Amino acid sequence: MSDYNFAYLDEQTKRMIRRAILKGLAIPGYQVPFASREMPMPYGWGTGGVQVSAAVLTPEDTLKVIDQGADDTTNAVSIRRFFEKTAGVQVTEATTDASVIQTRHRIPEQDLRADQILVYQVPIPEPLRFLEPSEVETRKMHSLEEYGLMHVKLYEDISQHGDIATAYAYPVKVEGRYVMDPSPIPKFDNPKLEMAGIQLFGAGREQRIYAIPPYTQVVSLDFDDYPFQASKADHACDLCGAKDSYLDELIVDDQGGRVFMCSDTDYCSTRRAQGHVGAQGSPIQEDAA
Amino acid sequence: MTPLLQVENLAKFYGPRIGCTDVSLDLYPGEVMGIVGESGSGKSTLLNCLAGHLTPDRGAVRFDTRADGLRDTVTMSEPERRMLSRTDWAFVHQHARDGLRMNVSAGGNVGERLMAVNARHYGAIRDEAIDWLGRVEITEDRIDDRPTAFSGGMQQRLQIARNLVTGPRLVFMDEPTGGLDVSVQARLLDLLRSLVREMNLSAIIVTHDLAVVRLLADRLMVMKDGHVIETGLTDQVLDDPQHAYTQLLVSSVLQV
Amino acid sequence: MISIENVSKSFVLHNQGAANISVMQAASLQVAPGECVALTGASGAGKSTLMRMIYGNYLTETGRIMIGDVDVARAAPREIIQLRRRTLGYVSQFLRVVPRVSTLDVVAEPLLVTGTPQDKALRTAQDLLARLNIPERLWSLSPTTFSGGEQQRVNIARGFSYPYPALLLDEPTASLDPTNRATVLEMIKEAKARDAAIIGIFHDHAARDAICDRQVDMTQYTPGLAA
Repeated sequence: MSDYNFAYLDEQTKRMIRRAILKGLAIPGYQVPFASREMPMPYGWGTGGVQVSAAVLTPEDTLKVIDQGADDTTNAVSIRRFFEKTAGVQVTEATTDASVIQTRHRIPEQDLRADQILVYQVPIPEPLRFLEPSEVETRKMHSLEEYGLMHVKLYEDISQHGDIATAYAYPVKVEGRYVMDPSPIPKFDNPKLEMAGIQLFGAGREQRIYAIPPYTQVVSLDFDDYPFQASKADHACDLCGAKDSYLDELIVDDQGGRVFMCSDTDYCSTRRAQGHVGAQGSPIQEDAA
Repeated sequence: MTPLLQVENLAKFYGPRIGCTDVSLDLYPGEVMGIVGESGSGKSTLLNCLAGHLTPDRGAVRFDTRADGLRDTVTMSEPERRMLSRTDWAFVHQHARDGLRMNVSAGGNVGERLMAVNARHYGAIRDEAIDWLGRVEITEDRIDDRPTAFSGGMQQRLQIARNLVTGPRLVFMDEPTGGLDVSVQARLLDLLRSLVREMNLSAIIVTHDLAVVRLLADRLMVMKDGHVIETGLTDQVLDDPQHAYTQLLVSSVLQV
Repeated sequence: MISIENVSKSFVLHNQGAANISVMQAASLQVAPGECVALTGASGAGKSTLMRMIYGNYLTETGRIMIGDVDVARAAPREIIQLRRRTLGYVSQFLRVVPRVSTLDVVAEPLLVTGTPQDKALRTAQDLLARLNIPERLWSLSPTTFSGGEQQRVNIARGFSYPYPALLLDEPTASLDPTNRATVLEMIKEAKARDAAIIGIFHDHAARDAICDRQVDMTQYTPGLAA
């Protein structure tokens, strides 16, 4: 035996988490309580996601970690390094090469396949929380399918902003039963929640795991006269020219000049490598990486 | 005629202490019943048992459901009971903040029950909310204000609109005019009376204010120490009280 | 229509040494449709008490009070409520209304609760108020602020808006000027003409003689007063 167990967590903990994951997959959208462990990072930095990833990783896996779509931010880099060190798995930035992808606040633009797992970091798993502070009451509401309150939030949006202003963490109903918080992904990503891959959600501080099995129906809540719209900036990526990807907006000078670019860095660089060029981009150089 | 609500031998204990006991009553459609008694007489305990907020230790509370006729709400499943409380029942709390969502606009408060029974058309929900705010004399331009910006009387009227929007058949009221100025009380009483008549509502009103029951209630039940000590037509009980306690209660009211 | 047999009434005052005060013994009275009977006797003879017992406002200990086929002495509260809605009207000396409700609505209410359409009920109420000389500018106000005579007339209008087959009138002409008094007597005659059975208390002897077919002296049923 080696000194430490594979992928940081001890086997008992992994079993416990895997049981929670299996239960979550069996009851799509239902929040399964689990005994969240202390992790060597602060709450809010993905402790839930890391525990779920650790429980599903095998030595043969290839891991990708993104934060807001980017592979190269602090959060993504530290979690990737953490698993390189504690699991010794292969890592990648290419969505198509990864078998497990841990994400914070985005779904990759590239469609996922049936052999891929997407692990979300979730800050607040309870979609009803901001309107109903009592956990006892929200659990009862879930069990009795009393979801009128969720629409009250959307109603308030329209009455105050003239439209549903909720732009991220947009509530969904899973397989016609549980209302679920998809984590703070932009609502642009909501349609992608119906996918071939397995989706697992881990909330470390709140000690909840939930899941969406492959090809599960996921419907974004809306009103008949204010239907759900997966919005994005009305622009194309300035680097790769993509018109179908979610964009970040960057202010680049003091004159209010701005650049729109893909939030999914792998998608953008892949397209540029294929020769696509945006309004302000230049063809990628072989040695630029 | 089938009673809307039929209570049989209801009892609720808090440990060895009596909450209320041996309570039986029939309430028919369109009837308003008052329950009076001093603090601790068990009137609120009784109301909460009837409305499904407390589980009685003994007895039956049968409600005439639209689908299956009389059903015991004590033994029915919680989802069924909660469905009743969203559709056929209404509960008006003494303190509006117990019955309202204070961080949600007036329109959202009224619309919640509609959305809870699957209304999914924003425009229709809003029209309904405007209509109901009007009925309780709150102007349309306040629809997007939160109840925190409303006066006590307005909050209470908003609570009533929020409760009645789904067309309930039975309204439970716990001291609905408590803590309001007399002029505000009068307006609320008038409103409640006309709503009761227009919607053919049945209501059970718990109060210690005999003037309120005289104006609102057809029938009266007097409680003391958890027991019902006298029942009858409201004006009969108030004008010809039989029990010593009721006589004391009636004679203790200050004449204006 | 109204048949009272052998009724008695006493009050037990629990908070005053459980004093038992017997106020009526074995009273009997029949009133046929279209008949008006006056209750007479000195103050304290039990005239108002009997009226209240008939209306179900006071409990009746023994005997029967039949209004049509309902025994008020034994009826359940909701039967009495029904009776008051459709059969038995009562014009008391005091107006008791919800503050803020308009005079027109006060008068129309007995019609509205029995299902008369709003416009028709309000028209009837307007006619009655006009007939009783309540100025039109007061119709939209609450009668709580009116003078005694005006309140009395509103009370009468309310009592006569629905055509009850049985009517109880407690001093209907007290505090009225001659014109209005004549109008009220006219209304009582009209009620008789449509076969209403009426029991009334009139201190106004001329009025009593003008409209009552019989008089019943309540003193004969009063313990301690009976000769």
